[in-house]
Amino acid sequence: MPDPRNQTSALDVIADDPTSRKKFLRMVGGSGGVAAMAVLLGACGSDNNSSSTSTPAAATTGTAAKSSASDMKGDLDILNYALTLEFLETDFYNKVIDAGLFKGATADLLKGFGESEQAHVDALKATITKLGGTPVTAPKTKFDVSDATAVAKLAATVENLGAAAYLEQAPKIKNAEVLAAALSIHSVEARHAATLNTLVKKSITPDGAFGKPAKMADVLAAVKPFIVA
Amino acid sequence: MRNKNTPVAPELEQIHVGSMTRSSFLLKSALTVGTVAGAGAVGPFVSSALAQANGDIDILNFALTLEYLETRFYKTAMGLNLTGDAKKYAKDFAADEQEHVNALVGTIKKLGGTPAAKPTFQFGITDQASFLKLAQTLEDTGVSAYNGAGPLLKNKDLLAAAGSIVQIEARHAAAIRLVNGANPSPDAFDKSLDKNAVLKAVTPLIKM
Repeated sequence: MPDPRNQTSALDVIADDPTSRKKFLRMVGGSGGVAAMAVLLGACGSDNNSSSTSTPAAATTGTAAKSSASDMKGDLDILNYALTLEFLETDFYNKVIDAGLFKGATADLLKGFGESEQAHVDALKATITKLGGTPVTAPKTKFDVSDATAVAKLAATVENLGAAAYLEQAPKIKNAEVLAAALSIHSVEARHAATLNTLVKKSITPDGAFGKPAKMADVLAAVKPFIVA
Repeated sequence: MRNKNTPVAPELEQIHVGSMTRSSFLLKSALTVGTVAGAGAVGPFVSSALAQANGDIDILNFALTLEYLETRFYKTAMGLNLTGDAKKYAKDFAADEQEHVNALVGTIKKLGGTPAAKPTFQFGITDQASFLKLAQTLEDTGVSAYNGAGPLLKNKDLLAAAGSIVQIEARHAAAIRLVNGANPSPDAFDKSLDKNAVLKAVTPLIKM
């Protein structure tokens, strides 16, 4: 029988397992992940033949090695939609930090979240380019950052919406590597959302035991007030 | 006792296998599995869909084992002398994880699979500090396990359901990390772990 005293350390070892970690970093993660993610996606772009050879059976496998042109187009649309949301989040945090509304640990936390969103922007742009698409340009935004309480509430709203947006899109993604990247961003948005919910005294799991997705049209309507037309 | 026909989670109710409805799939799979002599006679589409479903069922059973572990972990923690957020989270998270267990068991059965047996666990948690330390590791590992398994699921409805679960695991992880004074979101991209790495990590917690 295993020694219970070793349990936590065994788990810690796995959490920091250099092999798994390295394997993951090759895929998407870490500060150097952008280029790695784009490189890995190269195979997808080169298989982008003009005529789709997908059979009905192959189409049902979803993550089959070969992606049709329409699959790639769909993934690019999702990636550009995600990029738009990440642009908004990055800009929001930058404005909040610049406004100096928060001090100490909360300020550090928000700064860290902003840096994560910037990393998501960089990764999404690189991926879109690698897949042969054109990244959308950053929208001009307007956020009222005059009041700390209102800003905290808005941050919570934006992050919960972001998590819901990724959750809705994930099953629509055809390319397995794009999906893996989206999932690794989705759970980070969820971590942000839960953290901000504690800040505004809301339940960390407002939807209960299962996260709820949000449709693209609803998400875009919700963020429209923050985009300067 | 939950009636097995009772919907367990709305996200898991609309499951289709390939382009077939669940009922036609279950009928065909029952015919295929139930009649060994007839197995070779089924069309390639049905056997392909069945093979996919079997792979997905393995993944769901892997997730179920983790959810059994988390449920038992929080229920064990509820028996400790916890206070404040730790006490609240142990109770809340035990309920969330139990809902995940129920949803996964229901889905595996609906797909014609057999839910994995619940293992017996040993956590070695004795107080609030040891609970919170292991909780952080378990929730982070849970997030990485689902993120690693997600792209392997063939059925996109199952992927949607798995996504709705991993989002909760990530929220739990962040909340526990905050109680521990740790960064709730230490990386811009959450790590993913493959099945072997996760099983290796949780094996010390399972009684042989």
